Amino acid sequence: MAFRIVANCTNCWACLPLCPHEAIRAATPHFEIDTARCTECAGDYADPQCASICPVEGAIVDSTGQALNPPGSLTGLSPEFLTLPSTP
Amino acid sequence: MEPTSQPMTAGASPALHPCYSEQAHRHFARLHLAVAPACNIQCHYCNRKYDCSNESRPGVVSELLTPEQAAHKALAVGAAIPHLAVVGVAGPGDPLANPERLFATFRELAEKAPDLTLCVSTNGLALPEQVEELVKYHIGHVTITINCIDPDIGARIYPWIFWNHRRIRGRKAAEMLIAQQQKGLEMLIERGVLVKVNSVLIPGINDEHLHEVHRVVKAKGAFLHNIMPLIARPEHGTYYGLAGQVEPTAEQVRALQDACASESGETGMMNHCQQCRADAVGMLGQDRGAEFTLEKVAAMQVDWRAALAKRAAVRATIERRLAMQTQFAKAKSPIPLPARRPAIIAPETLRMAVGSNDGQTIDAHFGHAREFLIFDVSPTGMRLVARRGIDSNYCSGPTTCGDTTTVLASAIEALRDCAVLLCARIGFEPWRPLEDAGIQPNSEHAMEPIVDALLAVYREWCDGGRLETEPALVRSSA
Ligand code: SF4
Ligand code: SF4
Repeated sequence: MAFRIVANCTNCWACLPLCPHEAIRAATPHFEIDTARCTECAGDYADPQCASICPVEGAIVDSTGQALNPPGSLTGLSPEFLTLPSTP
Repeated sequence: MEPTSQPMTAGASPALHPCYSEQAHRHFARLHLAVAPACNIQCHYCNRKYDCSNESRPGVVSELLTPEQAAHKALAVGAAIPHLAVVGVAGPGDPLANPERLFATFRELAEKAPDLTLCVSTNGLALPEQVEELVKYHIGHVTITINCIDPDIGARIYPWIFWNHRRIRGRKAAEMLIAQQQKGLEMLIERGVLVKVNSVLIPGINDEHLHEVHRVVKAKGAFLHNIMPLIARPEHGTYYGLAGQVEPTAEQVRALQDACASESGETGMMNHCQQCRADAVGMLGQDRGAEFTLEKVAAMQVDWRAALAKRAAVRATIERRLAMQTQFAKAKSPIPLPARRPAIIAPETLRMAVGSNDGQTIDAHFGHAREFLIFDVSPTGMRLVARRGIDSNYCSGPTTCGDTTTVLASAIEALRDCAVLLCARIGFEPWRPLEDAGIQPNSEHAMEPIVDALLAVYREWCDGGRLETEPALVRSSA
């Protein structure tokens, strides 16, 4: 039972001070969760703290690789918006 | 050393605060420190890959500083630029969502630079719980971004907030955010802290509503209410940018600002404010950030006691000058003329020099301009009266830089009859000598069409009554 931070993470620091088990490390290229320490906040909070403040969809995943904040869940933007070619 | 008193007063009064006073903003410098990475809400005009959009233009990424680096940077800048008066924390996230980092920075500055006014910009969510701590640090100025006071409107601007260990969404999130902002505003006012409110104008969402916001925040005692245009470009990857939300035109922003100002019968709208970058260094509108990168600052040795004394001296001079100007403006008497001042041309005519390479926009850096366009603007229109070349450009790189003083002097000589100089950028060095020669440097209209900029400046002078009170500045080269 542990979460992981993956490449989408923008190193914004929001999650780090919230973790009740100090499982999050300010690593590069992106922050990391020490899976040995992470309890998914069970017993501490109703919601996992890191995933509750993380502003980036898909940055934190569960042990099966499922995004805690899937595309569209934070921005309200449907996934096809996000694949729009960006204008220069 | 305990910061028991603030020995120097820049910023203690809004008249001398570069973010609040149009007069003071030309004289004092301010610095923003990017020390606060985290944010506790999401705004639809912000992409958290970049800095907070409430304080910077979207798409800007600042170098994140540790509190130690930030304090050292402020002390280094304060030693190099004795005009420094204000240090603000505004990003990359929300300062109050990073209280340890914020207050560690302020603690260090309160000890080693007690003269500097400290500022914070916030979305307001964590404000009520931080007010007591904030006032301990002699924080004179807080900016709150308030886009609405109606949760139904808020739900269209803020998709979620993080509150009490949970992510809250929709109308309920907006309701809590609004309540916290209003409570924070009231608490600050009660404690005598100056509060500036920023609102982002989002056409079709809060444009009508901002009249109400203005009324409420002014009634509660906000010192300034500043309306900023929404920036929503798809390339910034924001919700509004990708969803095709329209941006307001400059006219819409101005019209709303004017309407609000006249409704409240006050001139507390900050027309000269630009959306500056969160790590800007220098006068408003003049960014010297490149001189103070992390690497360069780390290598700087700072004698903070000497810097403190130097700032005190510079500040005293500026304050004397500002006080004198205010007196003159009040007495409506002309500023005494040095003997070499040329004669007045026609009344109400303002002569301005423009640095332009393409002849259309204000795109030339003062130091690189080879010629200036000289315009006369009067109620009957504007006229290009001359093109004046200068011998060699003022700054042509390190090899010729030994000579800058003479080149600067000849540039000033060539522009002597102009009251205003408009360039895309004007460095810190020439700023004072230009002012001393009676030429007001202005880089606020960088990259704007010349015609628009000339009109804007002329309007400013007319509105400010300067064409009547300072006829000495309207003069001919003859
Ligand atoms: S789920 Fe909880 S315990 Fe695990 S890293 Fe996130 S905050 Fe820490
Ligand atoms: S909150 Fe999300 S984006 Fe920010 S550092 Fe943590 S995992 Fe990365």
